[in-house]
Amino acid sequence: MKNSEMTNLMNNSSNKKLGPLTTLLMNDKGGRRLLIVLAALAILVPALNLFMPESSIFHVSTYTMTLLGKYLCYALLAVSVDLIWGYCGILSLGHGAFFALGGYAMGMYLMLQIGDRGVYGNPDLPDFMVFLNWQELPWYWLGFESFSFSMAMVLLAPGILAFVFGALAFRSRVTGVYLSIITQALTYALMLAFFRNDMGFGGNNGLTDFKDILGFDLQADTTRAGLFFCSTLALMIGYLISRFIVTSKLGRVLIAIRDSETRARFLGYRVEYFKLFVFIVSAMLAGVAGALYVPQVGIINPGEFAPLLSIEMIIWVAVGGRGTLFGAVIGAILVNYAKTYFTGAFAEIWLFLLGGLFVLSTLYLPKGIVGLWMQMSDKLSGKLAERKAMNNDSADLPEGDKA
Amino acid sequence: MREYIKRIVWLSCFALLASFSHADINSTQPVSSVQKIDSEEQQAENNTLSATVQALIKASYKQKAGIIDSIVAIEDDNKLLILQSLLDNQLYYQKKSQKKNNVDKDSKRILVVDLSLLKKKKDNAMLDAFSGEIVTGLSKRAVKKIGVNNALRRNLRSHLSLMKMSHVDSRVRIAAAQNLLKDSSSIDLSFVETALKIEKNPQVVDILTTVRALMLLQSEQPTIRLLALAELDGSLYPETRIELNKFISTINAESASTNKENTSAKTKNLRSDELHLAEKTLTDIETLMSYNGYLENLYFGLALGAVLLLAAIGLAITFGVMGVINMAHGEMIMLGAYTTYVVQMLMPESIGASLLVSIPAAFLVSGLVGILIERSVIRHLYGRPLETLLATFGISLILQQAVRSIFGPLNREVITPDWLAGTFMVNPGLYLTYNRLYIIIFSLVVLAVLALVLKRTLFGLQMRAVTMNRPMASSMGIRTGWVDALTFGLGSGIAGIAGVALSQLTNVGPNLGQAYIIDSFMVVVFGGVGNLWGTLVGAMSLGVANKFLEPVAGAVLAKILVLVFIILFIQKRPRGLFALKGRAVDNG
Repeated sequence: MKNSEMTNLMNNSSNKKLGPLTTLLMNDKGGRRLLIVLAALAILVPALNLFMPESSIFHVSTYTMTLLGKYLCYALLAVSVDLIWGYCGILSLGHGAFFALGGYAMGMYLMLQIGDRGVYGNPDLPDFMVFLNWQELPWYWLGFESFSFSMAMVLLAPGILAFVFGALAFRSRVTGVYLSIITQALTYALMLAFFRNDMGFGGNNGLTDFKDILGFDLQADTTRAGLFFCSTLALMIGYLISRFIVTSKLGRVLIAIRDSETRARFLGYRVEYFKLFVFIVSAMLAGVAGALYVPQVGIINPGEFAPLLSIEMIIWVAVGGRGTLFGAVIGAILVNYAKTYFTGAFAEIWLFLLGGLFVLSTLYLPKGIVGLWMQMSDKLSGKLAERKAMNNDSADLPEGDKA
Repeated sequence: MREYIKRIVWLSCFALLASFSHADINSTQPVSSVQKIDSEEQQAENNTLSATVQALIKASYKQKAGIIDSIVAIEDDNKLLILQSLLDNQLYYQKKSQKKNNVDKDSKRILVVDLSLLKKKKDNAMLDAFSGEIVTGLSKRAVKKIGVNNALRRNLRSHLSLMKMSHVDSRVRIAAAQNLLKDSSSIDLSFVETALKIEKNPQVVDILTTVRALMLLQSEQPTIRLLALAELDGSLYPETRIELNKFISTINAESASTNKENTSAKTKNLRSDELHLAEKTLTDIETLMSYNGYLENLYFGLALGAVLLLAAIGLAITFGVMGVINMAHGEMIMLGAYTTYVVQMLMPESIGASLLVSIPAAFLVSGLVGILIERSVIRHLYGRPLETLLATFGISLILQQAVRSIFGPLNREVITPDWLAGTFMVNPGLYLTYNRLYIIIFSLVVLAVLALVLKRTLFGLQMRAVTMNRPMASSMGIRTGWVDALTFGLGSGIAGIAGVALSQLTNVGPNLGQAYIIDSFMVVVFGGVGNLWGTLVGAMSLGVANKFLEPVAGAVLAKILVLVFIILFIQKRPRGLFALKGRAVDNG
């Protein structure tokens, strides 16, 4: 009953057929709850922001909504990390690179939308290019005036990078720690590259001062609400895609690869193809997260490539619960909320806390919050079952006596 | 256990000794311009000198010229200092005369004052010109400068160069000769000739020959000019290139103007011969200079490689031998650098010695922190490399913030001792800094010591045994837990030593370690995990490659290219340059 209600709700927002969705979420209690909450958020938060008067206690400020939207982008990013780390055992310390690439693709579109409203009033060139005395747009900026082209690039840029990098790495069987280190080197190299002014991506300052998206003013509450709605939607779709992949037959192979790559290879699976596929999907999801992140935050700069951020993503997943997908969402939102709170209130101790979180979660929470919750509820239900059994026994006894 | 400690202590002593022996090589410092003299013995001579100098105070510029000549005539080592500071506008006198010592009221105290030092409120800003004592407690207003004009300066300069050219110390003569090279217009050819005749020091002779050739180049006679050009061939002094360029351009200008007039074919021929020779000489010199450029790049590259090596050796142990991904490795380097800073604060009088003390101190501090981390966290995570990576990354954040809370977020200044500063000359066109040389030597010494420990000591043997086969080592009675802790401590301690070296090159701040962690991993992975030799080759080749790419591609792009190269290289050889072979490989 509850299940079908839920799927109906889902149906409204994601326009999927009822059949596959039910099978997809049949054994995924956490995922069902998460999707319900997300769907509720997608409708409630923008509604409360737009239609409640500011004096009302139910009013959600635009700041809060944007912050929540940012968290949801991070959550999608965490889902993409969990997809490869939790289900395929690829610990990428460079996922920030895909996130930032998606963000840059979006940023380039937004940059060209500014038109002649920039400081220098040049209708063809973004401000920083005018500042650097560039005469015309570099070739790789062409096409970004078009929204659909930019959106394609949001998927393609991270996808192609993931394809090239993954094809090389997986084919030559770079695994485990080595892979982690070279992914880190990858994002580090990209960071250095994007810091250069000559690259034509705004150098140190990155891309900022965006005005509008698809003709809507970025500062307007309605646009913000729309972006928030899109972020929730993207997270839900991203979650469902990931869920679809991991529950499919292909997902079984991925888990087999995670648990023993050599065994999977000996069983006749072309391990590198499976890994490459899931790596590209994950990179594209990260790219979408980045693309939604940029208009809400209003800036994209090379700092997003920093290795530190990429490692932080791992901790979101680890705290939430690796290999559960919805755990990644919980972890990302919790850790980022803590970050916002502590960097505001006690900036000094935030790094202590984050560091402590890394250490404690690896030592004591190998399955994250979700794992802890499951353990506790298992214990609880076990105790209940025990008590029930005892009650039954005691109830049975007199009968036996009677007999 | 005691055995290990003994070894470690022995090792640090060795490191200390090694560094001391470097210090000895370098203890022959250049003589400072202020020469202290024994005031008792030379009092009498001083009096005549000081009396003459006293006369300078009230004299007019015209009289001063005469007084300077008479000062030159006086036999006194101290006159060099006085004339030099007079030239540098550093000769002052105290306005109020000293009532205690001198009966004579007109006698004023003569001081050498360095205004730039005075502004920084350094103690050694004022010196007594005769005794060389440091004078404190005088403000800028209490003293007055003894002025000179340009004519006097010219006079002084030639006097000084003459005096210095006949100085006993060859270093003074070299400096004087170099001054002549910079400004050859003010002196006589005959002076250079006479100096050349008596000079024995090859370096001074070399400089003076160049000076003479440069002067002859201005000669009126074409044959002499040709001779001078022949002599200049292969001379690497920058002045030679400047003069040659001038020479060529004047000839070109001349030929442009004389083409219209009818000059004899003979002079034209001579002129074109000269031009030809001059151009050939210049290109020769430039080829030599380009070799110099390569040499310099190589040197810089090796120095960068040495830094990478120092940063990576510790990682080669923790990562290569133990298989622990220690993301906090960079912070161990940082701790070492901060230890250097603290030791320096504790012994402010002897900066040079404090650096030597900080080597074992940094080893101990970082090593102990390493052991603590191993016992409390990493011990529980063996066999789970990815989890180790995350946990140690957390530790690195904690350590960074701890240092930031204690020492503040700003960079701290670690003073470089004198014996590390300075340059040495390979040839006149190539000067190399000493600190890079020391870093190269130091990194090799550390590597050699480490190799010795691994190959020749009981601890090294046990360490290798535990890495190869833990249960077997344990059943042979090796306490594997302790060996793990000490191995990790050793790796961390070496990172601390790297921090001491880095404190001399870069800023000491909380983010010091982060800058090196990725590079260190690259070196270890590139060279081949678990292989010290590979680490050495990896570090040096990456360093040199980086420095050779830098002039072509720019610093940042060079770094990116190197990173991309490593990423591609790992695809080709996933286990690095010198991969371990055999069964152990699959465990990694």
